[in-house]
Amino acid sequence: MSTLDSLTLTRIPAQDEALRAEVRAFLAEATRDIPAHIRARSWSGYSTEFSRRLAAKGWLGVTLPQEYGGGGRSAFTRYVLVEEFLNFGAPVGSHWIADRQSAPLILKFGTEAQKQFYIPRVCRGEAFFCIGMSEPNSGSDLASVKTRATPNDQGFVLNGQKIWTTNAHHCQYMIALVRTSGTPEDRHKGLSQVIVDLSLPGVTVRPIEDLSGDSHFCEVFFDNVQLGADALIGAEGQGWEQVTAELAFERSGPERLYSSIVLFDQWLQYVRTPEGRTDSARQLAGKVLTQLAPLRAMSVSVQEKLTQGASPIVEAALVKELGTTLEQMIPAAIAEDLFSRDAEDVPVELLQTLKYVTEASPSFSLRGGTRDILRGMIARGLGLR
Amino acid sequence: MNNDLFADAARDVLADQCTPHVVRAIEAGGRTAEATTALWEQLEATGLADALLSEDDGGAGLGLGQVFGVLEQCGAHALPLPLGETMVARALLARAGVARPAGSITLARGERLADGGLRCALVRSGQVAGAVLVQTGTEWRLLGTGDAQGAAQALALDAALTWTAAQVQAAPAVEVNGALDARTLQAAVVAAQMAGALSSVFQRSLQYANERQQFGRPIGKFQAIQHQLAVMSEHVFAARMAAQLGCSGAGVLPDRLRVATAKARCSEAALVVAELAHAIHGAIGFTEEYDLQLFTRRLHAWRQTAGSEAYWYGVAGEALLDHPGMSLDIVRRITDVDAVL
Repeated sequence: MSTLDSLTLTRIPAQDEALRAEVRAFLAEATRDIPAHIRARSWSGYSTEFSRRLAAKGWLGVTLPQEYGGGGRSAFTRYVLVEEFLNFGAPVGSHWIADRQSAPLILKFGTEAQKQFYIPRVCRGEAFFCIGMSEPNSGSDLASVKTRATPNDQGFVLNGQKIWTTNAHHCQYMIALVRTSGTPEDRHKGLSQVIVDLSLPGVTVRPIEDLSGDSHFCEVFFDNVQLGADALIGAEGQGWEQVTAELAFERSGPERLYSSIVLFDQWLQYVRTPEGRTDSARQLAGKVLTQLAPLRAMSVSVQEKLTQGASPIVEAALVKELGTTLEQMIPAAIAEDLFSRDAEDVPVELLQTLKYVTEASPSFSLRGGTRDILRGMIARGLGLR
Repeated sequence: MNNDLFADAARDVLADQCTPHVVRAIEAGGRTAEATTALWEQLEATGLADALLSEDDGGAGLGLGQVFGVLEQCGAHALPLPLGETMVARALLARAGVARPAGSITLARGERLADGGLRCALVRSGQVAGAVLVQTGTEWRLLGTGDAQGAAQALALDAALTWTAAQVQAAPAVEVNGALDARTLQAAVVAAQMAGALSSVFQRSLQYANERQQFGRPIGKFQAIQHQLAVMSEHVFAARMAAQLGCSGAGVLPDRLRVATAKARCSEAALVVAELAHAIHGAIGFTEEYDLQLFTRRLHAWRQTAGSEAYWYGVAGEALLDHPGMSLDIVRRITDVDAVL
């Protein structure tokens, strides 16, 4: 198991760090009037207008090539941006998936026409994407896809259903994993990725209210939706390989560390006051810090490997597992702290944030691969399966 | 990649000389055991103990970050002698212009007695070290262990040591940067050793899971065991990263906040990893004759050395509460280190 020694300390290069002060100044102003319990929605927070403001600053598609309207900067530039977005609780949900996954996927696998059509729109904040992977009853068994795109003389006819699709009701496009040949028993064979314009006839999007009262997830139904031949992205039958590569990239980023950070910082503000300061709160603050710092170092190190073209699948899974565990520990431990006190005059705004993050926290270890799936991936990396 | 060469040198000598048999002999016999003297001579011959001294002082001019791999190897071989502490102590002595004694040196905190004597309630490795660099408030002194009045401590290699007023008077005072404390220095060293021991325990557990057959197949084929090993590996990875942070930065002296991160995270990992290793090994891992215990006992002992996680949580928490801005600023202060060459 040589990968155990393979994470080394890495520093974000100075030319990428240079952007941080400007981003921070912008965010401090732009998020000043958003209450903490709204900012706590982190990358689930949704604002088309905010995404357009970021686009105007050149902060969408920052790693994409300039010829397609991107910034042409390094992955570390994006790391700095995203880290600041998350720590401020900026509402980045509109463009999140398009910026993080869909546009890079199109850049990697798309035709020249697809790149020219979609990527500049993503960079301008005009095209938002969702990802159609899960289906009813498929759960973590992603390969059990039933939604079918049947080839016809105009392209494909799409029939089936997707579920747990984040923000589909706010998006123009979905990149869906569908079956173009064979049967669900063929597992990984016969799967392809197609771009679906969600305004097409036959598409129905229905939001699912979650236990916190938000509606981030949707069900999406396809009833004889006619897609053009140019809807296919990448090679027919290569969908599974494409999806696997895509998932490796989303598992180790800052978004796996900071889902509870707005709550944590707000709680710290209270703990810094004379009435809020206790020894046990100081201990908890230190516990979070001493877990978070090594995780951030690991996350940056994985980013460095990705930048060099490596495929650190096990390392990324480790970061996500530990990161989501910390993200879920924070609201639980803060509740433990606040309600172990005699006083009941904790600021209501803090309690509202605590309520939201507590209710949202089960999703932290579900999205992007459940805990048990990740442990299985790590075990495979260790040579146990 | 100087540090890899030094780590390789340490690995070679320790694999050869610091065998489980030798570790047991040193634990049983302390300073008077033949094995103690013999192993220290072998270590001394490598020059590693002087690695942090400047080249003018006869050392290799390395910083703490560059000997991280050496310290890790000490842990990976359950070294029962304070090589890491000696490296740091010798560097401090050289800087202060104090003559360096032969033999190993450990670090401790002490209190002056009313009669002018000095007492250290708990000297880690006090039963095997040749000398102790003792911090009493802002005063540091180098005291020999041979002539101290000793008493047993809970762990076999540790001791309570007391020196008379005359002995203290005769001991050289050592000028040390006022911002430093013995506990921080020792915690940086111990955390790096823990990273090595954690890795060793994990590798042993992984190998055992692949070899041990139950119900007709290796136990590593069972999902429950696979998940236990996955969780172990997470903690081993994170602890190693934290330990690297603890030793990072320029020069010989560690940063207290980074050390807090290192020691707290490694101590947390020690509990989880030792528990899972014993769960996977079953009864055989609980026996004296099986080598796993050399590492898991040491992980618990090192967790109890130079401040447990709760102590360092307090230090790290204080830093967060003293900073009015975002936590991210403090996180970056800990993690943004220049890569060590």
